[in-house]
Amino acid sequence: MEHFIALVTKPDNVPIVAILFLIPYFMWLSYRQARQTDKTGVPSDAHLNDKVYVWPYLCRNEFVCAIIVMLVLGVWSIMIDAPLEEPSDPTKTPNPSKAPWYFLALQEMLVYFDPWIAGVVLPGLIIAGLIAIPYIDTNPKGKGYYTIKERPFALAVFSFGFIVLWIVLMIVGTFLRGPGWNFFAPWEYWDPHLVVPLTNVNLSYLFGIRSETTANFFGFVVVAGYFALGPIVYLWKHKTSDFLQELGLVRYIVVSFLFLTMLALPIKMILRIFFNVKYIWVSPWFNI
Amino acid sequence: MNEERKGLKEKITNSDIWRSIFRHGYENTGRRYTLQILQNVWLHLHPPRISRHALNFRFTWCMGGITFLMFLVTAVTGVLLMFYYRPTAEYAFADVQYLEFDIPFGMLLRNMHRWAAHGMVISVMLHMFRVFLTGSYKKPREFNWAVGVILLLVTFFLSFTGYLLPWDQLAFWAVTVGTNMARATPVLGHEGPFAPTEITQSNDVRFALLAGTIVGPSTLLRFYILHCVAVPLLASALMALHFWRVRKDGGISGPL
Ligand code: HEM
Repeated sequence: MEHFIALVTKPDNVPIVAILFLIPYFMWLSYRQARQTDKTGVPSDAHLNDKVYVWPYLCRNEFVCAIIVMLVLGVWSIMIDAPLEEPSDPTKTPNPSKAPWYFLALQEMLVYFDPWIAGVVLPGLIIAGLIAIPYIDTNPKGKGYYTIKERPFALAVFSFGFIVLWIVLMIVGTFLRGPGWNFFAPWEYWDPHLVVPLTNVNLSYLFGIRSETTANFFGFVVVAGYFALGPIVYLWKHKTSDFLQELGLVRYIVVSFLFLTMLALPIKMILRIFFNVKYIWVSPWFNI
Repeated sequence: MNEERKGLKEKITNSDIWRSIFRHGYENTGRRYTLQILQNVWLHLHPPRISRHALNFRFTWCMGGITFLMFLVTAVTGVLLMFYYRPTAEYAFADVQYLEFDIPFGMLLRNMHRWAAHGMVISVMLHMFRVFLTGSYKKPREFNWAVGVILLLVTFFLSFTGYLLPWDQLAFWAVTVGTNMARATPVLGHEGPFAPTEITQSNDVRFALLAGTIVGPSTLLRFYILHCVAVPLLASALMALHFWRVRKDGGISGPL
């Protein structure tokens, strides 16, 4: 436990501790406004629609905000010193070696996927997906005010990605990952010699498949089938669903692909943690 | 009493000394408020008037502005740090130590730079979160959201390149871990799937990033130049574009 407290109070971890409070606070703040909007059917700030002069009204706000932030930063800088460890030494690898805190969600993904997926393909798709959001979200409602009722799907997907797959994984990576990138609960001692037996097996093995070629084919079918879920739902529903009609085929393909890719991470996490699955598809060129 | 005070005020503001300092009075009129914005080089990116709800802290959380403020703090403190820091493997670590122990307020300077950089990463993430929650990326702001995503990456990259500069164990290994994945880039990394045999450890993307096969002195110089020159310039250009688009897209989004 002492050791966990030392970890939490490490200077470079202060931002994460701050995030632990800031995110719930802002979620609460926006939830209150959304609830008011959804109850009354009128955006919560709709009555504040007259114009005011930027000087003095906005400039005053900016000034006060800047002073408060500079005060916080000043106190932070006086109280807590930036870390400086021993001089760098390429021959002395610390255990665990961690990337800066804002990359720890990416480092956490390395547990579940090979580096080319976790370190390159998924980050690339995250960036592409973020840029694509305005072009695939065709819902004209909920623009410029907080609401939940008018755009539940968009909010659910983004919040899941932002809060769970980004913030929570970052926190796990910072506080709960110790030597060997093993998982340690807060009260556990970080034992550098802990050996965790590697009992992971491939999905095909769980299904009793032993031949390599069959396993390869099996993996291909599972992965292809997973991503085919998108088109299947489209064929099945597009005649009756207004949502799909409005979205159109191209947007639908992009949305379903990004959505399934995002869900692949928690699915793989569950398969790994509860079923010890290593790979879903082992091919001669790459493993997924 | 009131008359007296008014007379006194007039006497002061009409005096030669006062008039020599302030060229004219300050009228409380809309024209004055507008000119105040239009004639000031720092403020003229603002429109003269905005919708009242945009003043609300609970709408914007002030996070875009705080991100920009943090950027300015890192720019100022960063320039000061550059006076004391040499980006070579021999000097880098010792210069940081010297800064901490022998330069007046050196430790404070370094702290402010580091914590403002961390603060910028926090605030840019919260800013993106609020822009999503208010649906502010919707038409006509699609492109400005895209500019924002690039700014998010630029912010991470600024922070990441700076992380190496103290040249201590923390810096060295964080950057080693952070750049290791580039080995596995499909096609372009030497351990990635589908890499042709011509791609080796000394000509893949990781080599381009590190200027070597491991983090070394050339990496330090490369990250230094990226951190102090290239990326801040890119960030400034993108921020100018971002702010200009906020205004051209009709100001802060609102319910109407
Ligand atoms: C260095 C990073 C950034 C800076 C300095 C910055 C600054 C700002 C500022 C000052 C505003 C005015 C409103 C406000 O304060 O909320 C704004 C608005 C906006 N920002 Fe950013 N921003 C940054 C990054 C981002 C990112 C990462 C995104 C999204 C991915 C984004 C998307 C937007 C959009 C769409 C608006 C318009 C919001 C509206 O009209 O309500 N920005 N930005």
